[in-house]
Amino acid sequence: MVNIKTDEVLIKLVEKMYNELISGEVPELKLSSRTKDNIVFDQAMNVWKYGGSFVSRSARTTDGAQFMAKALYTIEFIMDMIKSQKSSTLREMYYISEGWKDYKFHTQDESNMLAEDLEVITTLMREDFKLRPEENGASVIGNITIEEKNRKGEFKRINCRDDVGDAGYTIPYNVENDKVKLISHDADFILAIETGGMFDRLVENGFDEDFRSVLVHLKGQPARSTRRLLKRLNNELGLPVFVFTDGDPWSFRIFGSIAYGAIKTAHISEWLAVPAAEFIGITASDIINYDLPSDKLSDKDVSALNSELQDPRFSTEFWKQEIETMLQMGKKAEQQALAKYGLDFVTEKYLPDKLSDVL
Amino acid sequence: MAKAKEQTQYREVSLSEFFEKNRHILGFDSPQKSLFMIVKEAFDNSLDACDEYAILPEIVVSISRVSDDIFNVTVSDNGPGIERTQVPRVFGQLLYGSRFHVIRQSRGQQGLGITAAILYGQLTTGEKARVETKRDQDDVAFRFILGINVKENKADIKTQEPFIWDRPHGTSVSITAKGRYVTGRQSTIEYLKESAVVNPHASITFVDPDGNRIHFNRNIEKAPYISKAVKPHPYGIEIGELITMAKSTSAKTLLRFLADDFSRVSDNTASEIINAAGLKAEVLPSSLNNKEISSLRESIQKAKLMPPSQESLSPIGEEFIRRGMMSIYGEERPEFYGRPVTRKASVYNGNPFSVEVGMVYGGYLPGDQPVRIIRFANKVPLLYQPGSCAITQSVFDLDWRTYGLEQKQGKGQPYGPAIILVHVYGPRLPYTSESKEAISSVEIITDEIKAAIKQEMRMLKTFGNRKDKMKKVAEKFNLFRRLIPEIASKCSLILGKDVPDINPVVSKIANVVFIHEEAIQADSGYNIRTEIFNFTRSTHKFTLKAVFGGMEDRSTDLEISDLKPAEERVFQNFVQWPGQYPGTDYYFTGIDVSKIQGAEPLPGDWDLRNSEVEQDG
Repeated sequence: MVNIKTDEVLIKLVEKMYNELISGEVPELKLSSRTKDNIVFDQAMNVWKYGGSFVSRSARTTDGAQFMAKALYTIEFIMDMIKSQKSSTLREMYYISEGWKDYKFHTQDESNMLAEDLEVITTLMREDFKLRPEENGASVIGNITIEEKNRKGEFKRINCRDDVGDAGYTIPYNVENDKVKLISHDADFILAIETGGMFDRLVENGFDEDFRSVLVHLKGQPARSTRRLLKRLNNELGLPVFVFTDGDPWSFRIFGSIAYGAIKTAHISEWLAVPAAEFIGITASDIINYDLPSDKLSDKDVSALNSELQDPRFSTEFWKQEIETMLQMGKKAEQQALAKYGLDFVTEKYLPDKLSDVL
Repeated sequence: MAKAKEQTQYREVSLSEFFEKNRHILGFDSPQKSLFMIVKEAFDNSLDACDEYAILPEIVVSISRVSDDIFNVTVSDNGPGIERTQVPRVFGQLLYGSRFHVIRQSRGQQGLGITAAILYGQLTTGEKARVETKRDQDDVAFRFILGINVKENKADIKTQEPFIWDRPHGTSVSITAKGRYVTGRQSTIEYLKESAVVNPHASITFVDPDGNRIHFNRNIEKAPYISKAVKPHPYGIEIGELITMAKSTSAKTLLRFLADDFSRVSDNTASEIINAAGLKAEVLPSSLNNKEISSLRESIQKAKLMPPSQESLSPIGEEFIRRGMMSIYGEERPEFYGRPVTRKASVYNGNPFSVEVGMVYGGYLPGDQPVRIIRFANKVPLLYQPGSCAITQSVFDLDWRTYGLEQKQGKGQPYGPAIILVHVYGPRLPYTSESKEAISSVEIITDEIKAAIKQEMRMLKTFGNRKDKMKKVAEKFNLFRRLIPEIASKCSLILGKDVPDINPVVSKIANVVFIHEEAIQADSGYNIRTEIFNFTRSTHKFTLKAVFGGMEDRSTDLEISDLKPAEERVFQNFVQWPGQYPGTDYYFTGIDVSKIQGAEPLPGDWDLRNSEVEQDG
């Protein structure tokens, strides 16, 4: 739908480099620095976005020129896809780059990163580039009705409680309105759950029905589409979002990327982040209060916690205290540690207690 | 001192008898080592004989199996041969040809070895040795079958017969003995291989018990420098030795004894020494008692004498080490051959000595393995007792991390892709035992070894820096010649426009004359393609000196005139090079240092460096 515009934007970018070469200027691309140090809070949007520091990729250096050449190959590939009305997964692009010889990507991270850099440079989304991620199988169970466009181009109505199996409704990579329509719901809140084991436990215990909730399985660090769907559910249906995770530094980051926006995707934070999301995952205090079975923090855990202390997104009283307590205890715990008190403890005691604090 | 005393005693009780009881002292302890010792003694004699007569050695060593634990060792050379009447003494008498009282560096130091080998064979198998020899001036060769009369310390000749030999001169020794054949770090084959490293002028063939032939080619057509025999220097002489010399000298007076039997002692100095010791110049040297000798020795140490002559030293030499290491370790395709280091002579106990060090680095040599130290004493490989040797101890004392190698806490075994050759040489080196398997850790010797290694390793550091520099230059080259052109052509392809001229941009970034080379492997060497690009906006004229592989004797001057902006010039050279080519050093004259990349100012041009003020961003 935005093909013509994408085309134009990319051509403009190439023309800029071309014109620089013609006029004897060293070609240069500027983009926001995509690091923790360049994340600032956007008052208006209520999310964390890139700040004012830029990096320059200049043909003056081998690395910069290498980046430019790869970006040009990628742009050529994207324009070919637009012309032939095809799309590819990020993984496919990584493999296609094999044919670019000296300019191929060495890891998929590198190609993903370049696609994101192009987003940042052009302020387009990778969907505009006809690039999509793999389905990652995150899913939804709860009384909410949507319509999803199938391969035949017809919208199919699905109730995410009655029309799905135990695994729930699988979130597609595109959850925009042209693909997924939100029709109706009968629920009070959304519970986003980190692990599959806990998601299954809540499904089996009928938590969605008993507590009028929509359960969303994050599958670890949530994909863009999962975060985007949470954002739409929150925005368009007005459902509050609660995030239920393990109690370790990585889970704090999961919450951070949902509520505040991820550092890697801060250029589209306003699209993805749910600033009103609340954390009801395992905290350091829970480990003490519930006397939960725990594991020792590894060296990596400790350095992740310390880095979170430096992260502007976590510089609130709540997070400072939780992170420091965890560092002091030197311990972490999984969601499923709650099973120490029986299979129903999580649905009968833990979650009701936590929810009563925030609802 | 103990050594000299014991040797005097050997004579009294019959040296042969002593050996029979104490053969382990001479290295004949285990069957595998004994087999190795036989080869070593015969082989070293062959090399010594050839070198003495400036003959390029051709030596064939063959080991054949007689039965399970009995082997026959035959070593044949093209040496000068031995005069018939001398054969019984050379091969059948321990300590014949003792070089007492003249000192000179040679492989076998006391002429004890080959007789010991024959005796060992006789003791373990009852077999006598076969010796064939012919001199150039003799019409026939002679074949001896001989053993050793242990009681009387002389040859026990079974037969001796003349025969017609197809070679003009040479010697062949064949000994049958009990032994065990092994391969590996302490084996005959390793010994010959390491010998080949330091004797690139020798052609060495080895036939193992299974009939496999291994050949080490001659790599240099010239005989090595041979040290002269010199009289001992009196500094540091041991008292026992002084007593022995005083007893056996032909000098009739103490004055003549000091002035004639020692080096660096003039008549004047001799009288000063004698006066200072409170002795008389006219006394018969053999009449001195131990106390008088002792005070003589003390006053010698106080005398002002010139340091010993270095004529008695024969180094392997820079060229020989380089050629030897290239030919033997070339198959590892090392990236770097260090230029061998030779230290100035030092003195230990009145005897001069010195140290040489060579190195190969990188290529296929494994980076996670211990650095290989190949030890040599007087051109003889030392395979045994590395732990107690001054060379190993010096290596372990150094901090190798400075040179980019790995070592725990900067002490002990270093790890890395390197082979280090260390040669300690000089007449009368102090060994840890009579079998001369390790050099004693005397401070002055370990100091010299360490200094030599450090000097050699600094070259590796320079090489590493050069490699980094070359890598940076190659990266820049890639940027100018490939990346920016690629960006230009991709842009124009996407836009459907003409490919833009990139020279203005490139000269903006570079603004230098750029030297780049490609080395393409060809038969026995490399084709070196030197490409010179002018990325500046002016025309240049300069001279480039290409030093191939960093070897100053292989260099050529490239004249570059009228090199216009955006112009490219190419030179082709072929360089003979075994192993991996380490790259060419380029030096320039006639162009400002800030206007050229990929070359250094010619050392004579160093003042140019100071004009390095304007640098174009």
